[in-house]
Parts: sequence; structure tokens; C-alpha cells
Amino acid sequence: MKARVFVTLKDGIHDPQGKAIEGALKALGIKDVASVRQGKIFDIELAVGERAAAEELLRGACEKLLANQIVENFELEVF
Amino acid sequence: MKAAVILFPGSNRERDALRALAKIANAEISLVWHGEHSLPRGTDLAVLPGGFSYGDYLRCGAIAARAPIMDAVRAHAARGGLVLGICNGFQILVEAGLLPGVLMRNANLRFVCRMQHLTVERNDTPFASHYAKGANIKVAVAHGEGNFTADAQTLDRLEGEGRVAFRYCDSRGVRNREANPNGSVHDIAGIYSQNFRVLGLMPHPENLIDPLVGGTDGCSLFESLASCCKAA
Repeated sequence: MKARVFVTLKDGIHDPQGKAIEGALKALGIKDVASVRQGKIFDIELAVGERAAAEELLRGACEKLLANQIVENFELEVF
Repeated sequence: MKAAVILFPGSNRERDALRALAKIANAEISLVWHGEHSLPRGTDLAVLPGGFSYGDYLRCGAIAARAPIMDAVRAHAARGGLVLGICNGFQILVEAGLLPGVLMRNANLRFVCRMQHLTVERNDTPFASHYAKGANIKVAVAHGEGNFTADAQTLDRLEGEGRVAFRYCDSRGVRNREANPNGSVHDIAGIYSQNFRVLGLMPHPENLIDPLVGGTDGCSLFESLASCCKAA
């Protein structure tokens, strides 16, 4: 199975990188950009066949390493 | 004093730590590879040095915090052992859950490398007994992710328990926006664990032990540690 994990900063956490990217987009004349928040994507191949098992494994991976839950949220996609 | 300096792939300040521990604290020192599962017998102090462990991949300190040796460091801390995390070592300590909070990208997005004044918030700890309380010291900072933050509850607890070790200030000891190199909340440069035996700080006291290279305000930290271990 394949999975995609999204790790994003929680609301309210200052994201200076997102702010800098937002500023650069506006400077390029790309209109109507209201705000930018930067996150991470992990594409993961799994050696399990069941969706429930895959999701459990990935949740563990996020809690143990991929996300720092003090400041980050994660979302999973298994396909 | 027996000190163990932990070496991770990408650590680069371990020799500075070794020199300070040897020259100032007269410590018996081991260099311990991150893949080890135990600290040398009788270790009083574990030091996590500065650098860029694992190239700062994922998050600064995140991968090093999960290294095999960290279970031994955690057990050492749980026994009341001394732990000092400097710069990347501080990042590793928060990622490992040995200290609360998180170190975010510097607010101005710049890597900051400069001399920096700090106030010593208290001097009744194993790390600061040779400083005067409230002393203004000058040490070096060199980091891109030293912007300490924590949720309001954690911050209240840290302040309430007097666990802020050092705060950024200017040469007169005044705290203001210009004096804070990274935007850290409450100008926090370093914090203690609940029992005051684990210290994490972004600045580099180990680099300020020789008048030839900028000053000696870092010496007292290592003298404090030596006294603490001698007394024990």
C-alpha cells in the first residue's frame, strides 16, 4: 500500500517561512494570495495490505517521529 | 567529575565541549557514539554538544532524539544525573521530551552568529552556582532555530517554578527586542528540568573559556558543574 502523510503547523503557531513565501508570491504580482502556511508531505510505501493496519502504523509513525505534536498536526491518506 | 559527550552524525561542537570540560572542570571525559546503548559507568554528566545532527533533517534534533543512546540519557536523567544540552543539544533535549517546549525557526529567518549578553536567572543550581544571581554574561550564539516557544500553560509552569536559566539581554542587562536574537518567548535562552539537573541552552558557554577568543564568561558554568560533582 502507499500512503501520504501531511504535517502542518497548528493554527496560531507563527510560521516565518510561510510568511516569507507569502511575501515573495505577492512581490511576483501573484494577486489574491491571502496567506501561506508551509508544511511537509511524506510519501510512504507500506508492506501491509489492510487499510486499518496501515493507518494505525502511520499514526504511530507520526506520533513518534514525523510530527512534533506540540506545534504540528498530521493527516493521513492511504491508497 | 565523569562526563560523557555524546557524538551524533553531524555534531560539530563536541571538541569545544571536551576542551571546556577538561580545562575548566578537570573532568574525566568519554566520547560516546550515538549508537551505543549505555553511558560509561559512573557518568555524572551527559553532554549533548552543538552542531547539525543528521543535517537538521525533518526537524532540528528530531532524529538524534530517537538515537539508541538517548534511552540511556533519559534513564540517567531519571536517576537524577546531570544533562547539559547546548544549541543542537538543546534541540535534541526538547525533541526527546527531556525538556518542554519547542525551538522554532528564528523569527527573522536568519542564522544568527554573534556575541550575546545573557542574564543568569538563578545561581542555586548545579550549572550556575559560580555565577552571581542576576549576573550579565557575554557568550556566543550561533543558530538558525533557537526561537523557544511553548503553550501558555507550559510557559506559566516554567516561569512559576523558576526554570528559566538564562535570558537574552543587552550589554546593560536590559531585555528588549533588539537584544533577543531569535524571537524566543520571554527572551528565554535556556531552561531547566523540574529537578534543575537537566539544562538546555542555545548559547555556547563552552566557547567562552579563554580570554584570547572573546572572553571567559562561560567558565563559571563548568566550574559550577565541577563543584556540584565534587560535593556529591
